[in-house]
Amino acid sequence: MNPLARLFSAEPTTGAVRTDSIFLGVCVFAVVILLVVLVLVVGFTAVYRRGSRARRGELPKWLSREIEIGWTTATLFVALFIFWWASSAQFSQWTAPPGALEIHVVGRQWMWKIQHPGGAREINMLHAPLGVPVRLVMTSQDVIHSFYVPAFRMKQDVVPGRYTETWFKAVRPGTYDLYCSEYCGLDHSAMTGKVVIMAPGDYARWARSQPEGDSLADQGRASFVSLGCGGCHGPAAKVPAPPLNGLFGSQVALADGRSVAADESYLRSAILDPAKARVAGYPPAMPAYQGVASEEDTAALVAYIRSLAAPPAVEAAR
Amino acid sequence: MSRSYLTDEVTLRSWLTTTDHKRIGILYALTITGFFFLGGAAATVIRLQLLSPDGHLISADTYNRLFTLHGVVMVWFFLVPAIPTTLGNFLLPLMIGADDVAFPKLNLFSWYLFLAGGLLTVLSLVAGGVDTGWTFYTPYSTLYSNSNVMLAAMGVFVVGFSSIVTGVNFIATVHMLRAPGMKWFRLPLFVWSIYATSLVMVLATPVLAISLLLVIAERVLGLPIFDPRFGGDPLMFQHLFWFYSHPAVYIMVLPAMGVVSEIIAAQARRKVFGYAFMVYAILGIAVIGFMVWGHHMFTAGMSPYASLVFSFLSFIVAVPSAIKVFNWTATLYRGQIALDAPMLYALGFLGLFTLGGLTGLFLASIPVDVHVTDTTFIVAHFHYIMVGGTVSAFFGGLHFWWPKITGRLYSEAWARTAAVVMFCGFNFTFFPMFIMGYLGMPRRYYHYPAQFQPYHVMASAGAVVLGAAYLMPLGYLGWSLLKGAKAGANPWDATGLEWTVPSPPPKQNFAVTPTVTTEPYLYHEEGRTHADARRLTPHRRQDEPAP
Repeated sequence: MNPLARLFSAEPTTGAVRTDSIFLGVCVFAVVILLVVLVLVVGFTAVYRRGSRARRGELPKWLSREIEIGWTTATLFVALFIFWWASSAQFSQWTAPPGALEIHVVGRQWMWKIQHPGGAREINMLHAPLGVPVRLVMTSQDVIHSFYVPAFRMKQDVVPGRYTETWFKAVRPGTYDLYCSEYCGLDHSAMTGKVVIMAPGDYARWARSQPEGDSLADQGRASFVSLGCGGCHGPAAKVPAPPLNGLFGSQVALADGRSVAADESYLRSAILDPAKARVAGYPPAMPAYQGVASEEDTAALVAYIRSLAAPPAVEAAR
Repeated sequence: MSRSYLTDEVTLRSWLTTTDHKRIGILYALTITGFFFLGGAAATVIRLQLLSPDGHLISADTYNRLFTLHGVVMVWFFLVPAIPTTLGNFLLPLMIGADDVAFPKLNLFSWYLFLAGGLLTVLSLVAGGVDTGWTFYTPYSTLYSNSNVMLAAMGVFVVGFSSIVTGVNFIATVHMLRAPGMKWFRLPLFVWSIYATSLVMVLATPVLAISLLLVIAERVLGLPIFDPRFGGDPLMFQHLFWFYSHPAVYIMVLPAMGVVSEIIAAQARRKVFGYAFMVYAILGIAVIGFMVWGHHMFTAGMSPYASLVFSFLSFIVAVPSAIKVFNWTATLYRGQIALDAPMLYALGFLGLFTLGGLTGLFLASIPVDVHVTDTTFIVAHFHYIMVGGTVSAFFGGLHFWWPKITGRLYSEAWARTAAVVMFCGFNFTFFPMFIMGYLGMPRRYYHYPAQFQPYHVMASAGAVVLGAAYLMPLGYLGWSLLKGAKAGANPWDATGLEWTVPSPPPKQNFAVTPTVTTEPYLYHEEGRTHADARRLTPHRRQDEPAP
């Protein structure tokens, strides 16, 4: 099948269906406008070619004024309509549904590293179950990359120093291309991979067959110990440090008066650069783990802290 | 009668120290022609490499340096200065009835700045090139790239000041030097467009200068500005960069709109439809164009609410552009339309700009933009605006005012052929990029998945045609300089003060300062019949020189 025909016949995600419908709608509008302009330009040029016998003469001023106002208003309304249509579609699906399967992605020159909640790790491959919303929590170890799966109409820049996220819900099993779409240096065009969508049972079997047995949260627990976090945050700690049980998803009051939601991004920056967002009521005792904990360690630590709040999705996915 | 600006003095020294706006326009024209073919040569090699999905005509490193070179040179050393510094310099004083720009010495200084910036950039190429892309995104440009980022950024920094100086000069010129009776709403639309462009240049370019200095500070001095490890934010650079670089798109396209308005009115012998609305549209684009930069960053990790606002404003800025397209079309209605070469270029502009503008609606729609940003769809979109639009208009303006500038006519047959070939070659090159972009072909890829090869081959074949079309004017315009027939003061029978002086204009422009008593574009009067129009047959079929 030729690629254009294939394009709209088998959209593999709910997001792709939405994007394609907007694309086709705007296409129809654009083609109509283009044809109108084309027909008028060619028609006028033919009819009013220099020396032709067509009637000429000035248009009444009020008429040209009405025409101007007319097409200005019409264009404005069409623009507002497309804006409303596209934005409402986007906004209603901006964040992943609760309970989505959370997969961590770390980009680096020039590969994609994937960490599954069950502990499986892969490079340049992302296995994901069919019919389950999958949330990707992503960061970069070096420059900006962009996680792009054209078939899903899904793209999100992967930025060093922060988590960005995107999500998808696949409705068709298959293997889809993954590209880096933000120029990232020498081998930018080689930073590609595959996304494999499998039936949930197959995904579970695949995850179990992976060599790394520990879940991401368990790996985080190990890092928690090896990095010495427990010295302050553990149950027997003498130093006053914010408790981690039940922290994930709660509101945290900061020393500077702000209140932030304890999500993945907050936990990441609280581990790597705690001075930036110090918790109210605690001394600035924690060292920065920037350069000590790798992005993969951090993702595991975040998953561990998240598990202390007993989120259902992580357990369900195992 | 005084001698023309070309023959008044002929030494090289007289050219390099000239403060005559017309000569400075010529100096710019020669300089940017060099840069145009340099950038074009880079594009040619890129298109050759992309003929094959895994070719090794050049290395990946060379490829990255070539697309950076192409972008940097074409944006800052051709597209931004193209129309304002050549046609703008030459025509602005003539069109408003002035003897020169407000600050003639500053005008020459800005050319030297341009040259200095250009030399720095060429130096960075000679020293091995830059591989960051023309966008200089951090932290790649500041911490990871092993190329001459500093030299290139300095080149662009310096050339930015040339822009600012030229902008200040033009603003002052339009405010201070209009001839008696040349009220604001009697200004030709080309003057309005140059005026609006100058405002954007003066307000936006300093931000580019700041962002490049910050890049240099982080890269060379190690100051942590965008580096996230020290609390910096790489997205801050993108905000700064696009705060300039989106208005820069309007710096590139507004003058083109001005040129096309002049050509269409003259060739259709018709008053520009909705003159006042055209002026408001120019100003509207210039103002709203400052508030849409975030639409370059929908996938960058910006707040969803910010994306919403930028999407909304991007749809709003489409309205004045659409109005201009409708007005040009309506100007043709009841005209006396000739299809001389400038008109073919102008109509080519109209078609390509319309398609480029309409594809902008896709990109303002967030979900579609998320899919096609950083693919060849974007590449096609902005080439339709900047090359299909601006470059077509530049060639149209060059052909329209060539007789005025040089005093010579060119071969109409060759010029029309070049216009048609350019239009076709352009579409062959860039339309396939829309399709493969929607299919998911990322931009700036050295190797690519084999399923995209047919589109790449089409684009490369089109580029050969386009390249040939760009070379043709060198031949027939060169011929015109040597052997072209004398043009006369007003070969198009056009309105506008520039056509009242001899071709080429005398050094002092106007022997007597003109007084303006009427609105512009008085091409048709009430009740003119087709019999009157017969007199207006095209002007020079009989004495056309052989190419």
